[in-house]
Amino acid sequence: MATLMAYVIGLLFTASIYMMLRRSIVKLVIGLIILSNAANLLIFVVAGLTRGAPPLIAEGAQQITGTVADPLPQALILTAIVIAFSVLAFAVVLIRRAYEVVGTDDLDQMKDTDT
Amino acid sequence: MMLLAVLSGFLMAFAVPALRRFAGQHIGWLLALLPASLTVYFASLVPSISRGEILLIENQWMPGLGITLDFMVDGLSLVFALLISGIGTFILIYAGSYLKGHKDLGRFYVIMLSFMASMLGLVLSDNLIAFFVFWELTSITSYMLIGFNHEDEEARKCALQGLFVTAGGGLVLMAGLILLGFITGSYSFTEILASDLQIQEHAFYTAATICILIGAFTKSAQVPFHFWLPNAMAAPTPVSAYLHSATMVKAGVYLLARLNPSLGGDALWSGSLMLFGAATMLTGAYLAFSSTGIKKVLAYSTVMALGTLTMLIGVGTELAITAFICFLLAHSLYKGALFMLAGALDHETGTKDITKMGGLRQSMPLTAAITCLAALSLAGLPPLFGFVAKELMLESLLKAPAWSLGLLVVAVASAMLVVAVAGLVAIKPFFGEVLKTPKQPHEAPFAMLIGPAVLSLLALIFGVVPFVPAGILLDAAISSVHGAAVETALALWHGVNVPLILSVVSLLIGSLLLYKWQRLQPNLCALNTAGSRFGPEAGYFRFMLGITQVADWQTRLLQNGVLGIYLLILVLVTFGLTGYTLLTRHGFELSFDFSDGYFYEFGIALLLVVSTLFACATRSRLGSVASVGVTGFGVALIFIHFSAPDLGITQLLVETLTVILLVLVLFKLPPFVNLSSPLERYRDLAVAVFAGIVMTLLILAAMDIQFFESISSYYIENSSELAFGKNIVNVILVDFRQLDTLGEIFVLGLAAIGVFSMIKFRAEDQHRP
Amino acid sequence: MRSSSLILNTAALAIVPLQLMFSVFLLLRGHDEPGGGFIGGLVAASAFVLYAFAFGARSTLRLLRVSPRDILAAGLLFALASTIPALLSGQPLLTAHWWQFPLPGESYLKLSTVLIFDIGVYLAVLGTLMTFVISLMEVRE
Repeated sequence: MATLMAYVIGLLFTASIYMMLRRSIVKLVIGLIILSNAANLLIFVVAGLTRGAPPLIAEGAQQITGTVADPLPQALILTAIVIAFSVLAFAVVLIRRAYEVVGTDDLDQMKDTDT
Repeated sequence: MMLLAVLSGFLMAFAVPALRRFAGQHIGWLLALLPASLTVYFASLVPSISRGEILLIENQWMPGLGITLDFMVDGLSLVFALLISGIGTFILIYAGSYLKGHKDLGRFYVIMLSFMASMLGLVLSDNLIAFFVFWELTSITSYMLIGFNHEDEEARKCALQGLFVTAGGGLVLMAGLILLGFITGSYSFTEILASDLQIQEHAFYTAATICILIGAFTKSAQVPFHFWLPNAMAAPTPVSAYLHSATMVKAGVYLLARLNPSLGGDALWSGSLMLFGAATMLTGAYLAFSSTGIKKVLAYSTVMALGTLTMLIGVGTELAITAFICFLLAHSLYKGALFMLAGALDHETGTKDITKMGGLRQSMPLTAAITCLAALSLAGLPPLFGFVAKELMLESLLKAPAWSLGLLVVAVASAMLVVAVAGLVAIKPFFGEVLKTPKQPHEAPFAMLIGPAVLSLLALIFGVVPFVPAGILLDAAISSVHGAAVETALALWHGVNVPLILSVVSLLIGSLLLYKWQRLQPNLCALNTAGSRFGPEAGYFRFMLGITQVADWQTRLLQNGVLGIYLLILVLVTFGLTGYTLLTRHGFELSFDFSDGYFYEFGIALLLVVSTLFACATRSRLGSVASVGVTGFGVALIFIHFSAPDLGITQLLVETLTVILLVLVLFKLPPFVNLSSPLERYRDLAVAVFAGIVMTLLILAAMDIQFFESISSYYIENSSELAFGKNIVNVILVDFRQLDTLGEIFVLGLAAIGVFSMIKFRAEDQHRP
Repeated sequence: MRSSSLILNTAALAIVPLQLMFSVFLLLRGHDEPGGGFIGGLVAASAFVLYAFAFGARSTLRLLRVSPRDILAAGLLFALASTIPALLSGQPLLTAHWWQFPLPGESYLKLSTVLIFDIGVYLAVLGTLMTFVISLMEVRE
């Protein structure tokens, strides 16, 4: 399954970078969202995929017996998701503000008002 | 105690504003108490040092990095410490009078005290890194002092030049020091000096030596870096007297002397020191002779002295080192005095130009007398200490193991010019007919004369009885530079010998040059102006211009304001380098083994692929946002399916909120249009596909490799016992790695405040009529 | 902006309290089972967002009683406050402290700096998201 996911993630990166290279700022935002999803999936897949063994210790037990999914990348991704969201919110509001000031959503034209 | 002694200057600097209010115009005297007491403290260490002991005072600074604030006191560093604190005392008194009523006097003292502390730290540090930090601190304080009159554009330019040259050299020096630490395995001067390692045979010896030499040469204004020092004369005179003659410019020489026992003895070391030292000596003496501003004359003669010192270390015999220490002491005494006197002249007459001064001995008799005394030492005439030092130098050159004749010729030529320069400084302003100066001249105040008087008298006393300072401290200093115990027998009179004859010859020719000076100088000046187009300073300006042009060019190329280009460069560089490393280290491996997947997992993957492609291809914004949402849900499904319930829930919630956010914001923006040409689209598509392929290869390669043992097992084993939690992910977030989470929620807060303020300001704009 | 949909309004009134209670439940059980401050905060935020879509930003602010930025600040303060016990007892910063209080019956009330920290995360996430949404919606109104 991890092999398949490698191709899917490669596609996600391709899509996100292509979208971010567009001149329209809305497409840039879409690209950003896909990029954060791709990055999170990347960490998740590379750390190893485990089916049906969440990193929870059973009620009453002190230790986990048997294999369990790696909790560390999960903790990393959890914070990454929330951070990515707030960065996205910031970027989106910034972009809208820029649009209102500059009056264009063409990134190539935004550079001329860089004063 | 030693730590306090070194750092007290910094502490005192904080107190200056308060003290200034309290002491008013007598602040110079008050602040001078600090260096005065430091002098007493250092003097109290003299007896044990002169017995040949080395004091090592250990202080921790950054133990994790092996950087300490250890201080090492031996003969060499104690001589320097005494010079710094002793001359510093007089300079602070002098400055109080020289800059009386200046609006920035407080700032001046703050920087001056910080400089003194940095300089003390520099000469006393045992740790190479701490040494480097203090070294750069002196460069920075010197920059601020040269540019003290910051409203003057010329002063700012000169300050910047001094900073670029010395701090640039400092960077090279850092590389050299690190190489040295690498070679010897120690960052402590004491250990490096004590080790019997053959540093000269190490592969890095040449590189380390060249780096250290460049650092020392820039700081000590050796050819071809000498041009910054005369320009540093834009600083107020107390600064010139202190930093740019007596102390800071000697830091480079100090470093050379300090490392001489370890790095010396090699042809590279002694050859380059002799070559550059001799060149500097002659250049400095010549330029001093052809200048008219009294401070420039003194500055160039400082360059000459620094060249002499460097050359003497290069010669490296016991006699040469003795001459080195004596010359160092003599120069600090007379040059500090002469600078202060030059400042007094400038202060009282209103001009710095020697040609505009004359006959001042009637109005300024005391100043005239002290100047003559100091100038005798500069000229190297008996019975002053300068004479002892010069005789030693000539003798050591006579007996030098290599290049003896060449060095001797250069030294005698310089000595002639210096005799003339000393005459210029002492005779021209005070004797001859009275010239009218911009200000009516009268005797300089007491505070401006005490320093020069004491220093000149010391030069006289040391000259008459040179064996006294030698016995007290100089022998110890000579030993620490030479690397073996030395007993000297200094005397003023050695009988009629070759050095004496050379001295007499240089005195005679020097007097002749002085006599002809008024005719020679304009011609030399014209020659210098013509030559300066090819000089090192012109090279400096061309270099600085080149830097700006390169910056301009690369800014146009890389930072042209088009986001797409930025991204393109970023993506190409990142993925290009990653891909290259991957291919060369790992090879190109594709795997199509999908047999371990269940059919509904293929379903999720298909969902991801289709929704992502649709988000990119659709022309409707709503469709794009919705399908990105679907991608997000697909990712959540993967999380949940592969044992990450917390992630799945979070992803679902965040994805919902993202869609809401986009709907709230984006629909104020215009609909999608195709802005770029097909060619640009194909180019971008190619770049994006390339990046995607690299990522896929990277994942395939990374899955089988584990470089380090995972730390996860620790979390899994201890979650319940140590942190009393059963949900290991949550335990990691709020307990094991709590600091990360703390940082993260502060980032959240920042983002929220940013969004809020952007919207808030917008609202205010709209309400404005 | 106030939704004119009766169904949405009625549903929101019923769902929002449930969702809020659920978010607190997720927060408290987070240490042992899926949940925790992040998830709880997100659930609470979506409850308020739902309310805001039904009844408008103004009424949501009235319901919250305090400004979202104050919630955010309170969250950060909670998180910082959880470091104080370690500071007072001279241990490295962020060392967890636990206190157990016996309750009637067999059970114990487990209190800890970790819980205080998690509450801080909950409030910070809630405050951040509400700041985003409310300020954006206020502009539209």
